Amino acid sequence: MQIYLPIAEVSVNAFTLMGLGGIVGIMSGLFGVGGGFLITPLLFFIGIPPAIAVATGANQVVASSVSGVLAHMKRRTVDFRMGGVLLAGGLVGSGLGIIVFNLLQSIGQVELVVQLCYVVFLGLIGAMMLQESVRALMRSRKATTRRRSHQHSWAHRLPLKVKFRVSGLYISVIPPLLVGVAVGVLAAIMGVGGGFIMVPAMIYLLGMPTKVVVGTSLFQITFVTAFTTLMHAVSYNTVDVMLAVLLIVGGVLGAQVGTTLGARLRAEQLRILLALLVLAVCGRLALDLFLRPEDIYSIASRNS
Amino acid sequence: MRALLVCAVVFGPVGALAQSTMPTHPGAGLLPPLAAPEPYPLFPDPGRPRAAVPENATAPPEQVVAGLSDSSVAITTSFDGSDILIYGAIKRETPIPDEPLDVIVTIEAPSEPLTIWRKERRAGIWINAAQVEVGAAPSYYAVATTGPLDQILAPDWDDRYRISLPLALRAFAGAPDVTDSVPFTEALIRIRQQNGHYRLDEGAVTLVEDTLFRTDIRLPANLVEGDYKTRIFLLRDGQVIDAYRAAIEVRKVGLERWLYRLAFDQPFLYGLMSLAVAVAAGWGASAGFRKLRRA
Repeated sequence: MQIYLPIAEVSVNAFTLMGLGGIVGIMSGLFGVGGGFLITPLLFFIGIPPAIAVATGANQVVASSVSGVLAHMKRRTVDFRMGGVLLAGGLVGSGLGIIVFNLLQSIGQVELVVQLCYVVFLGLIGAMMLQESVRALMRSRKATTRRRSHQHSWAHRLPLKVKFRVSGLYISVIPPLLVGVAVGVLAAIMGVGGGFIMVPAMIYLLGMPTKVVVGTSLFQITFVTAFTTLMHAVSYNTVDVMLAVLLIVGGVLGAQVGTTLGARLRAEQLRILLALLVLAVCGRLALDLFLRPEDIYSIASRNS
Repeated sequence: MRALLVCAVVFGPVGALAQSTMPTHPGAGLLPPLAAPEPYPLFPDPGRPRAAVPENATAPPEQVVAGLSDSSVAITTSFDGSDILIYGAIKRETPIPDEPLDVIVTIEAPSEPLTIWRKERRAGIWINAAQVEVGAAPSYYAVATTGPLDQILAPDWDDRYRISLPLALRAFAGAPDVTDSVPFTEALIRIRQQNGHYRLDEGAVTLVEDTLFRTDIRLPANLVEGDYKTRIFLLRDGQVIDAYRAAIEVRKVGLERWLYRLAFDQPFLYGLMSLAVAVAAGWGASAGFRKLRRA
């Protein structure tokens, strides 16, 4: 069933879009990532103009994160205090990121920088997570639960310490705030919610327990992407609500399935899965950068 | 002779640009209509000013009388392209001349500015290295003819009315920063021909008794709004003897129109609405699944 999108001005198959939304929704519920890092490239691929793909992708991520965060709230796995700190940083970062994005756009290298960001970040994080979770899996097989040394790191010696009860942490607010800013900047440049960066940062940098990480990151993503959507709608008119609705229908259903699945899998297995997924996307993007493109010419519309 | 050969190269089938055929039409006896008969370039500099076309200063002996099946196209939610039937007759006071008569029909979408990028390998990575900015290129352009374009249309007349694809491109925005912009414009046409936005349908116009003609032109689903310029040319011996113009209005209607206007007139409201839809859908699914699980 073909459907014409009023803002993107293209006609696409409605079921394709719902399918895309569904896949991304499952991942959102499973891993606590908004799925923006997948939905945005996929939308490019089916011919949605990049600016619209980014803005509408953000709107879709709002829906799937709301759905996911509600499911997590029921299971009391959201650390609202930590989420609030991350969010404050995230909004500042997102504002900064949009300035950088405009700067890159004016010199015509957005695409390259975005792709490089994806490859570098996804590669690093994927490798790190895979290594960690394989090691953790080995350890848990030997049934010796041992606190990892980096849980008492520099993050514990900074001032402005706050108790994060749900996470069971007593650390300074500065690291989470910085994580929030960094994620916000990258989110704005890469057009994603930033969950795939935040989840590992929360686990490995802040030392949060895995079970609250997903809910808390979804909480932060909901608000950061809502802010991004509004900014895009107001300043660039690039949110296509018709496209968003189709993605959302698939996405919200997928998110519920994902959350249910996530409750059945073990944390280490979940992290290995996410690590493999991150590496797969990274590899795909890296190939695009290093292999000779099919057509070395490309057309970009320049809206005045 | 060279000019005609060049034409054939341009309009070879997609992917076979180099495979040119020698034109059979001699093209002799044509009087150049313009004062400066420069060698006909394959991709002329679109920045060159366009000559004013003095149209039908005196009533031509043969005139086009034409009609369109639709003078407007409505883009609805389920819009997936449209077929436009263009038909007409040739009105003449004199007996039919001996030379063959040909008809060319073009439809041109509103133009938009765009940038053509070329990637180069730098430090192992393919990056956008060179660009050509085109001030205005139609987002859709179709040419339907009664025969091979290079045989029925003389280059200087093409130059004058800008009928063929390369000539339909408009001005570059500023001076291009590459020395040779030809491969860029070629790439633009190649890419757009591949996705069906630029098309040349030779032989798609049927002409009956040198008097009646008709053609169907397919408009793709990915249309932009605006007035689509339709032109019908009557040709004898490679020369345009009459031109007819009409506009097809392409407009969004209903929900499409309402959303589009809201997004541009009330962007904040539109943004809030998009968010509300997202939050409601997320909450609804969450609540729905909980009920489902309890049941």
